[in-house]
Amino acid sequence: MSDAFQIMLLAVDSAVRLSVPLLFACLAGLYSERAGVVDIGLEGKMLIGAFAAGAAASVVPNPWLGLLAAVLASVLFALIHGFASISQRGNQIVSGVAINVLASGLTAVLGNAWFNQGGRTPQLPNTARFNEITLPFAVEARTVPFIGEFYHEVVSGHSVLVYIALTLVPLTWFGLYRTSWGLRLRAVGENPAAVDTAGLSVTRLRYSAVVVAGILCGFGGAYLAIAQSASFITDMTAGKGFIALAALIFAKWRPWPALGACFLFGLLDAVALRIQGVNFPGIGQVPVQAIQALPYILTVVLLAGFIGKAIPPKAVGIPYLKDRS
Amino acid sequence: MSARPVPVWLSAGVVPLVNVAVAFLAAGLVVALIGENPLEALQIMLRGALGSQYGLGYTLYYTTSFIFTGLAVAVAFHAGHFNIGGEGQALMGGLGAALVALGLPFLPWPLLLPLCVLGAIAAGAAWVFIPAYLQAYRGSHVVITTIMFNFLAGTLLVYLLVGPLKMTGSMAPETAKFVPGATLPLMNQMAAWFGLTITRTPLNLSFVFAILAAIFVWVLIWRTRLGYAIRTVGANPDAAVYAGISPARITVIALLISGGLAGLMATNEILGVQGRLINEFAAGAGFVGIAVALMGRGHPFGIVLAALLFGVLYQGGAELAFDKPKITREMIIVIQGFVILFAGALEMMFADQIAQLYGRLTGKADVATKASAKGQA
Repeated sequence: MSDAFQIMLLAVDSAVRLSVPLLFACLAGLYSERAGVVDIGLEGKMLIGAFAAGAAASVVPNPWLGLLAAVLASVLFALIHGFASISQRGNQIVSGVAINVLASGLTAVLGNAWFNQGGRTPQLPNTARFNEITLPFAVEARTVPFIGEFYHEVVSGHSVLVYIALTLVPLTWFGLYRTSWGLRLRAVGENPAAVDTAGLSVTRLRYSAVVVAGILCGFGGAYLAIAQSASFITDMTAGKGFIALAALIFAKWRPWPALGACFLFGLLDAVALRIQGVNFPGIGQVPVQAIQALPYILTVVLLAGFIGKAIPPKAVGIPYLKDRS
Repeated sequence: MSARPVPVWLSAGVVPLVNVAVAFLAAGLVVALIGENPLEALQIMLRGALGSQYGLGYTLYYTTSFIFTGLAVAVAFHAGHFNIGGEGQALMGGLGAALVALGLPFLPWPLLLPLCVLGAIAAGAAWVFIPAYLQAYRGSHVVITTIMFNFLAGTLLVYLLVGPLKMTGSMAPETAKFVPGATLPLMNQMAAWFGLTITRTPLNLSFVFAILAAIFVWVLIWRTRLGYAIRTVGANPDAAVYAGISPARITVIALLISGGLAGLMATNEILGVQGRLINEFAAGAGFVGIAVALMGRGHPFGIVLAALLFGVLYQGGAELAFDKPKITREMIIVIQGFVILFAGALEMMFADQIAQLYGRLTGKADVATKASAKGQA
């Protein structure tokens, strides 16, 4: 009994760790798409952020400077995306693809040229990373069955970025639904002409959303390179930006469900890691690929409208033209 | 604003060329940033790609794949859709060809080889069918679903290559070798039939298929009823309805053709070079197709030229990485990214200035302030 509980706790704990980068990217996409700018460049922004974090922290061994570098790099890419999609009214999908391709190429080329380790950044000492924090009373609470164990294994013992990610969920909810900025942001994604008529700048609102998305992707990248690992490696994001996009659709562009979707996809990832080679009575081995494929299959099924309908913000992907001459 | 349109050579010739030039300039800056000389790098690339029979063979071998994936993206563009799933469709094309080659090895080659090619087309088209159907009839955005299907294709292929299709006794994730009747002849073998000797490179018969496919797409889009329907739906789906064209049906058909073209990419790599199914053989060609289609502005002639340019970049990039270890092969991906950015997302950035400059030079001050918005997608 206690054994099974222990295994479950460990699975949930690793699910939390694996879902944090998804959550950062998913919330990033939420701000951007709620304001009407499609963002399939989450992957690229996280990747360039991870690289900047790894590179900066290896030069100046301070995780906060690494985080700052990640945010700056990611925001720069976000601004390119914003310039193309908002100012130039270009195709937002094409721009997102460009961001992803550029990030994948630049991190490999610059990483190799600067550090000479085949695209890796140097291994970081613990002082240059975000380390795990033991929350107050976590060690003492261990002896308390269930609740104490849960507190010790799952709640405590993560890096500060994990707690920031979790705090961002209520913050995002509050920002979007309880502030005038949030109301305007959502309006600009549904009916930009109405916002414009009210005398607000569509351009400025959309840029603000895109920059917030850049900041959050930077956090996600920094988490990968200097919290979860101790260096940047080539193609470190490995599709996480796209899983986050799937989670965003799964959550129907809402913050609390986004937390749920990211945790679910993180849990699937954790389970896939654990069941490799395990024989289940009556079923035999479950191929890891089947579980890895689940987030994508679930998202397609949802998009098809068979389990509820995922309706994106109405004006998403459409450049705003003030003057239709 | 009633402005006279700028001439076609300006909007379809000069503007795209300026965009591509800016992309290369940006890439040159990156080369300079890591402390190498961009002009010297360019020279090494050109010599490596075009300076020998060997280099040229490899260049055209890369070009072949990019023509297929570029055409695939372009056909979908003409119908107003963005098929971002060329990578997955190409992988499934390989699976289709491999299943035919491994399942019917007893057939004589004149039957087996065409069936293998058809298998590649059919599997590529089949992989886009669900996204196409969902886009057409349930309104699920094809961009998102094809991204998901790229990952699904990748995981499915890994599953099959480490499991059911894995060659017994091999450690690598690959199938058994195909029978010789299921592989395409290399160009040097074909040259030998005519008594010519050329250097052995991976260039094979599928290069001819690629050129035929480009002609096919040109005829399809501009010389057939279906092509007219595809362009109408792409330009204005509402108007298409009034013209008696079903946008849903045309969407599915155009995307199936797109998927089939992407599947054909496998004829180059799997039937032409490998002679067995291997993992991740598309190696990003599906994404290069996006850059190629944007650069070629959706026209088969432009696509062949753009594919050739990327062929030069890929082969030249390999030589460059060999000569200058500081510039790795991923430099090509950087260039690709800048091309997608400047020739795609920012395609109109310089159009106004160029049109104004043209107006000033020709003395027609009222020439369109907006260069003809012949945008893609």
